[in-house]
Amino acid sequence: MMKIPIKSKYTSVVITIGIFVALVVIGSFVYDNFWGAQNLLDLLIDNSFLIIVALGETLVIISGGIDLSVGSMIAFVSMIAAYLLTTLHCNPILVILIALGAGGVVGLLHGILITYFNVQPFIATLAGMFLTRGLSYVISTDTISISNPLFVAISEYRIPFLFDSFLSIGVIITLFMLLVFIYIAHYTRFGRSIYAIGSNEQSARLMGLPVNRTKVLVYVLSGFTSSIGGLVFCFYMLSGYGSHATGLELDAIAGTVVGGTLMTGGVGFVVGTVFGVLIEGIIQTFINFQGNLNSWWTRIAIAVLLLIFIAVQRILMAKREQKKSVKRVEAIERAASAD
Amino acid sequence: MKPVLKKGITSHQIFWPLVGLALLLLFNFFFTKDFFLLEMKDGHLYGSLIDILNRASVLMLLTIGMTLVIASGGIDISVGSIMAIASSTIAVLLSGNMVDVNGSQHFVSNISLGTALLLTLGFALILGLWNGVLVSYFGLQAIVATLILLVAGRGIAQLITSGNVITVYHERFFYIGGGFLFGLPVSIFIVGAVFLLTMIFVKKTPFGLFLETVGINRVAARFSGINVPLITLICYSISGLCAGIAGILMTSEVKSSDPNTMGSFIELDAILAFAIAGNSMAGGKFSLGASMVGALIIQTIRTTIYSKGVAPEVMLVVNAVIVIIICSLQSERVKAMIARLQLRQEKA
Repeated sequence: MMKIPIKSKYTSVVITIGIFVALVVIGSFVYDNFWGAQNLLDLLIDNSFLIIVALGETLVIISGGIDLSVGSMIAFVSMIAAYLLTTLHCNPILVILIALGAGGVVGLLHGILITYFNVQPFIATLAGMFLTRGLSYVISTDTISISNPLFVAISEYRIPFLFDSFLSIGVIITLFMLLVFIYIAHYTRFGRSIYAIGSNEQSARLMGLPVNRTKVLVYVLSGFTSSIGGLVFCFYMLSGYGSHATGLELDAIAGTVVGGTLMTGGVGFVVGTVFGVLIEGIIQTFINFQGNLNSWWTRIAIAVLLLIFIAVQRILMAKREQKKSVKRVEAIERAASAD
Repeated sequence: MKPVLKKGITSHQIFWPLVGLALLLLFNFFFTKDFFLLEMKDGHLYGSLIDILNRASVLMLLTIGMTLVIASGGIDISVGSIMAIASSTIAVLLSGNMVDVNGSQHFVSNISLGTALLLTLGFALILGLWNGVLVSYFGLQAIVATLILLVAGRGIAQLITSGNVITVYHERFFYIGGGFLFGLPVSIFIVGAVFLLTMIFVKKTPFGLFLETVGINRVAARFSGINVPLITLICYSISGLCAGIAGILMTSEVKSSDPNTMGSFIELDAILAFAIAGNSMAGGKFSLGASMVGALIIQTIRTTIYSKGVAPEVMLVVNAVIVIIICSLQSERVKAMIARLQLRQEKA
């Protein structure tokens, strides 16, 4: 059997990208009009905000935690923006700053609860989810539409791309965020600390890494990223509503897992997450193209995919552990024979 | 000074949740009109207290299952989805036709009520087993394993009802969620029965002890000869079954099944009820009774908020504040702070 020359840590990501490419190829054979630059770019445009929040979610999960508040954060930001712009007629730049600040503050709250009060990440961010969704409803229980000229202009602006296709500003923000996250994850001390904490918090602490600071920061970063996602969502929907993006945190987590990130922490790539979310998006597109399939098949298909990925990861992990223990036995035997 | 071994009533886990509930009731006693009024109408008891018990029944059922699962060191975030599946299953099973009997229209379902109930509960049990097998035999993290069913569950429920909201016409079925027994709503008796059975199972068999051991230290439990996977599997199965009963109860109460909204986000309420009760989220020691009080506290807050005319969505903010306060109080840092304060007071 031919051995594929890739490092084992990249296996999951390569599988994810492979599945995405395979799905695109299958789609272009099965459905007419599927293969087209605009179709593929639409995938990015429609999932831009999801990709952004999933990036933050990925780092949180790599650090060994979880953030359930990302979906409600989008609703909260959309509500803040819509209320300040439409009802109070605030300056749009100020609104954007306030929205970004709100995400950071909620993230900080999560980080402090989790790091200094030892609240489980699941529970702390659950509280954050209740809080942000509840506060959006406190602002208003109705939908508020956004008609601010700057927001509308950003929303309608189309950037021409190859083959008569176009991109939205949301996609540009998404790609920018992706670059920022690749930089953070792989080229900074902070990023390496996140991986170390996710693998083994105690060892990270003993190595002298700033565990507490890193953990707080990773949640602040996730909160901040979800508020950027919220703003992109505003540009996409042009409205604020407390029930926007319900259950989006699940899509973000699912995308992260399908992207090859381990829920136990320590292993994962932000690039994988992007493709994980895109796979979810392409399944949705398939079901739209098929026409006779109902929307609930999307959820079932995503769940099946999740199951497959988790199973594959388990098998890979088990193999790795087996290899490790074999090596250990060999080392012990060598040491014994040397004596 | 010799340390005095204090074991007053405050050391019982159920004490503080009960105090919380009492304070809430006291607040209502002063600020809500006729809160404690109980009326007999047509041999049925009516009143806010009965109402709270009745409405809390679904949450209490889920909390029973959730308590066992979290005590085993896991979590079950799929209970809302299992509820939706159970609800759509029973609604579809109880479909039938109007039959003309002696000039008046009667509803006759295709299969009998008992069979439909058994099939639905069986289905819920299988879903619980599915979660349990993934967690205990495949070694998946509980949150990931139950995430699969959480994502798929609503899709499956919609698949069963073909995406429609199904109205139930079966008269006798409504007795479960809307009927009365000895002047009290039937749902209270159902919760009571499930609670009692679980209590007997936990207290009178070795299961409870094994469960706490597994929750405190899995590895130690395995080395002391406990069948850890089996104990875990039982917890998830009970949780699935409880969610199934809750789904049936809710369907019977609202007389219809909506796969989209039935039990959505209720898993969070169940986890909240568990946490409010002072149980440890890390697993191990637990108190079923305290969990029930936790569920009652949540329902009392909800009823209070409704009766004050506040928008129901604001409940989410209240929930968030409660979770944050309770969890901070449970943390070592705050406990140490309180202990230091007490020490200072004793010195003074």
